[in-house]
Amino acid sequence: MTVEDKGTTATVEPAAEERPPAVRVRGVIKSFGSGDTKTTVLKGIDLDVSLGELLLLVGESGGGKTTLLSAIAGILDVDEGQLDVLGVPLPLLSGAKKTKFRGQTMGFVYQQFNLLPALTAAENVAVPLLIHGRPRTEAVQKARAMLEKVGLADRTEFLPANLSGGQQQRVAIARALVSEPRLLICDEPTAALDGENGQKIMGILREVGRSPERAVIVVTHDSRIFHFGDRIAELTDGHIVGIHDAPKAPLHPTVLAEPAPAKPLHLEDTGESEVPS
Amino acid sequence: MHYVALKMLFGDRAKYLMLLCGLAFAVMLIVQQGSIFWGLMLWSQSGITNLNVDIWVADPNISQVEEVKPIATTAVERVRTVPGVEWAVPLFKGVYRVRLAGGDYHRISLVGLDAATLIGRPAKLQEGRIEDLRTPDAVVVDQGAVQRMGGPDVIKVGTVFEINDKRARVVAIANIQKDFQNIPSVYTTYERAVAYAPPERRMLSYVLAKAKAGEAVADVTQRIAAQTRLGAFTQEEFGWKTIVWVLKNTGIGINFGTTIVLGFLVGMAIAGQTFYLFTVENLKQYGALKAMGASTFALARMIILQAFTVGVIGYGVGVGLATLFGLLAAPSGQLPFSETWPLLGLVFVSLLGICSFSATISIIKLIKLEPAIVFRG
Repeated sequence: MTVEDKGTTATVEPAAEERPPAVRVRGVIKSFGSGDTKTTVLKGIDLDVSLGELLLLVGESGGGKTTLLSAIAGILDVDEGQLDVLGVPLPLLSGAKKTKFRGQTMGFVYQQFNLLPALTAAENVAVPLLIHGRPRTEAVQKARAMLEKVGLADRTEFLPANLSGGQQQRVAIARALVSEPRLLICDEPTAALDGENGQKIMGILREVGRSPERAVIVVTHDSRIFHFGDRIAELTDGHIVGIHDAPKAPLHPTVLAEPAPAKPLHLEDTGESEVPS
Repeated sequence: MHYVALKMLFGDRAKYLMLLCGLAFAVMLIVQQGSIFWGLMLWSQSGITNLNVDIWVADPNISQVEEVKPIATTAVERVRTVPGVEWAVPLFKGVYRVRLAGGDYHRISLVGLDAATLIGRPAKLQEGRIEDLRTPDAVVVDQGAVQRMGGPDVIKVGTVFEINDKRARVVAIANIQKDFQNIPSVYTTYERAVAYAPPERRMLSYVLAKAKAGEAVADVTQRIAAQTRLGAFTQEEFGWKTIVWVLKNTGIGINFGTTIVLGFLVGMAIAGQTFYLFTVENLKQYGALKAMGASTFALARMIILQAFTVGVIGYGVGVGLATLFGLLAAPSGQLPFSETWPLLGLVFVSLLGICSFSATISIIKLIKLEPAIVFRG
């Protein structure tokens, strides 16, 4: 949005509710088991995540965060409700189409990184491109460029075992971003990291989430990173019990202020991602 | 993704080596035991192949080459009258004892050849001339006789020993395929062999015959059987008849078969279990790949590639080790060892079975894999 103020022109970010939705969840219900053992984990979830937004999904363990995340990622079918991702109704897609859609539009960052231990950092980052049939040389080249963006230019040929936890998570972020996804799904990305590395990782994700073409969803328990989000959705016992703006400053003064990544991020949004209609 | 699959396989060195060892061991065991088994079978029919003739005529109830059932000497003439027969000669075969000059006794397989043609003579001579067999008391011994009857100082050209109290003089030493029973062979002429043997009403062991040029050996063989009412077999038929008899009447088939099946099962168990563990330990990684958009089919292809890559390498190592064993052990002649292409082909097919089994149980696990596993810390 462009506004004019006293003869100068400035660009400001639109409010979250003005941005197009990346994720739209309405009345989603998901149960596991049957009969007496049936457990309803999601009990009618309503949630919107806009492009250009970083949403933090918080709540007690067993509240349904991971289930909701899996449903949004299209790797878990919901029982009822509407679930649109980037305008595509996920429940209506077949399994194969869902897999393809997920590969083309989403990136994932996990608590345990899930890097392939036998591959170098660059090869790990190249994996999503290889899955989509890109030639290996081109994929690894692109992966190296992405690692440079997350400050790991000098670690491209390292195996995961030779990287610190924070570095491994940055590799995982590079891997999630290399295919230029429009929705980044992060499951407890700082849980396995110390405070400083957690802040660094969130700094990177915050930068990614500023792009108007992307949305970032982060599941977390870590209140030290709440200030990195735009909004916080609280999920308890299968219900969204509250959505509010994230704090502007760290909740814990002992925690370091948001540090910049090792090198400035200039993540490009080329709009190349294909979204099946 | 093939590159990723292979890096995953070779990257986990401990598991890769365990898989490789399991498969190589299974292949080596199967090839080695299979080669020894087949070597033994070749030894069992060496009494036939050493003579190398088209057609064998014998008693119709004969079971195998070493089980001599004498027939009437008139059989030679009867075979000669069958249309399509170019020639037919008598052959004497029997097991007797020789007495060396020093007084030692040794069992020998006595072979009496037609004196005029010497048909059925050993193909290779180590020393001496086969024609000297026509000289008085002449015999030709094989290299087994030299080894088993006292060594080259005792048994050599010119050595004299007795067969049934009758004089025999070594005029040549032959190189022949070892006998299944590992009894030294002594060749002489038919008439002299009959003279050495204790008299019986019937002395002719076999009639050896050849089909005329242009005549099918199998047809002539059938004709001989029909016309003479004797048993007539091609060399190949008689060889198989002998092999089947050995398999049916000795424990060789069961013993070697059990080892080969055990090798197969051990290989399958080691490879299957290790490969399954390899997959299970990488489940999160596979889940991550699935979440990133890799289809189950693509992941299954990765697993198949991994299983068959390690399989082919294990096959190479296993066959190499078995061949090395054969090269080291077989030349001494103490061990039958025949590594044949059909055996290697069969082992390769077995290995593909082991790899398919390993890949299948892993793929089943993969099909059931929910990518949501990656969200569980």
